[in-house]
Amino acid sequence: MAIDSNFTYTEAYLACPECDLVHAVPSIREGEQGRCIRCGALLFVRHKDSLDRALAFAMTGLMFFILANMFPLLTFEMEGRSESNRLIDGAIAFWTAGYWELGIVVFIFSVVAPLAVLLVLITLLLPMRLGKAPPSPQLQVRILTHLKPWAMSEIFILGIIVAFVKLQDFADVSVGLSLFAFVLMVAATVMAYMTLDEGALWSRLKEIQA
Amino acid sequence: MSAAGVTAKSLGALSCHVCGLLVSGSYSAAHSARCPRCDAALHSRKVNSMHRTWALLIAAGVLYIPANVYPVLTLVSFGRATTNTIMGGVIELVHSGQIVIAVIVFVASVFVPIFKIAALLFLVLSVQLRMKARPRARTLLYRFTEFIGRWSMIDIFMISILIALVKLQALATVTAGPGAIAFAAVVILTMFAAMTFDPRLIWDAEGEDDDGR
Repeated sequence: MAIDSNFTYTEAYLACPECDLVHAVPSIREGEQGRCIRCGALLFVRHKDSLDRALAFAMTGLMFFILANMFPLLTFEMEGRSESNRLIDGAIAFWTAGYWELGIVVFIFSVVAPLAVLLVLITLLLPMRLGKAPPSPQLQVRILTHLKPWAMSEIFILGIIVAFVKLQDFADVSVGLSLFAFVLMVAATVMAYMTLDEGALWSRLKEIQA
Repeated sequence: MSAAGVTAKSLGALSCHVCGLLVSGSYSAAHSARCPRCDAALHSRKVNSMHRTWALLIAAGVLYIPANVYPVLTLVSFGRATTNTIMGGVIELVHSGQIVIAVIVFVASVFVPIFKIAALLFLVLSVQLRMKARPRARTLLYRFTEFIGRWSMIDIFMISILIALVKLQALATVTAGPGAIAFAAVVILTMFAAMTFDPRLIWDAEGEDDDGR
């Protein structure tokens, strides 16, 4: 492969993030993807209406996130007494029990990071949809990249399922309205990430700023 | 160039760790080494990758012991207290016949943390010993390790839900145990260890081989 190494920075080539091999950026069609020929890492994707769809999913996710915080997730009944929990109650319970470190960790992983991901996506994509520049696109993309591993809503759902199964052994447990909203919020967030194509994001930003 | 192709490093270029833009070495030297597209700090390889990964792995390995020895939760019901460690929770699920859930919790809480520590230890050593065998398989191992790490948090979320829900005083109360802190620390430390490890180092040994001949 002949590479013109006489560039300051270039979008014509791309180095694999996992093995550093340089590839010429191919023109691929919507729905296609390209992988590194050496290590197999996913390098290129193109989705239909990527930015619009990601924005729609992020806004859907935010609506369900609000709903997920308004009602109980689970209700637990025993001998005529009952107790319900909301999304943030787990973090509060750790905090009040003296395990403040775990309270902070659970609060960030289950509430702050998932909400922040949706808000950053919306404040990035909504202005772009309206043809305006987002407040700070570079910072927003960086926040999104660093936040992603710490938003653990989908893992929280498994935590709820395990808690549900454990409680069933000695009491009546019922599922609250918020659990459905929470599951839909996770689905919408995953779809927003899957449809978002960063190449399209940067080229659209360039058009807007030009 | 050989069939192996060209790396950004061999061109003297760097690719941004955040947005992937390919930037020449002379540009980054002249412009305070920040990505012209996303403004992230530019590095050819993750900074101090080996040192950081080692330090985080050792810390995770040390905390792995209290995470498994100390109880993570205690259930008091009608005056009877049951205390569970991480493994105890799995065994209890097996006894109550919830095999599928027991397998999920076992994989997430017992298998994944130890697998992650072992896999990263192997990867760090393989880079340090300039191992050349099977770089693609090792990259795959890294990708898998990075992907599964977060799932170990299931137990911590489960405990947070139980202690928030089960607080009917004498009837039934669940409290957290100190093992939970150590366990969460192991999960977070190994996540950081996977993030600080740079899989490009696996392939750098191959480049050295080409240059030597």
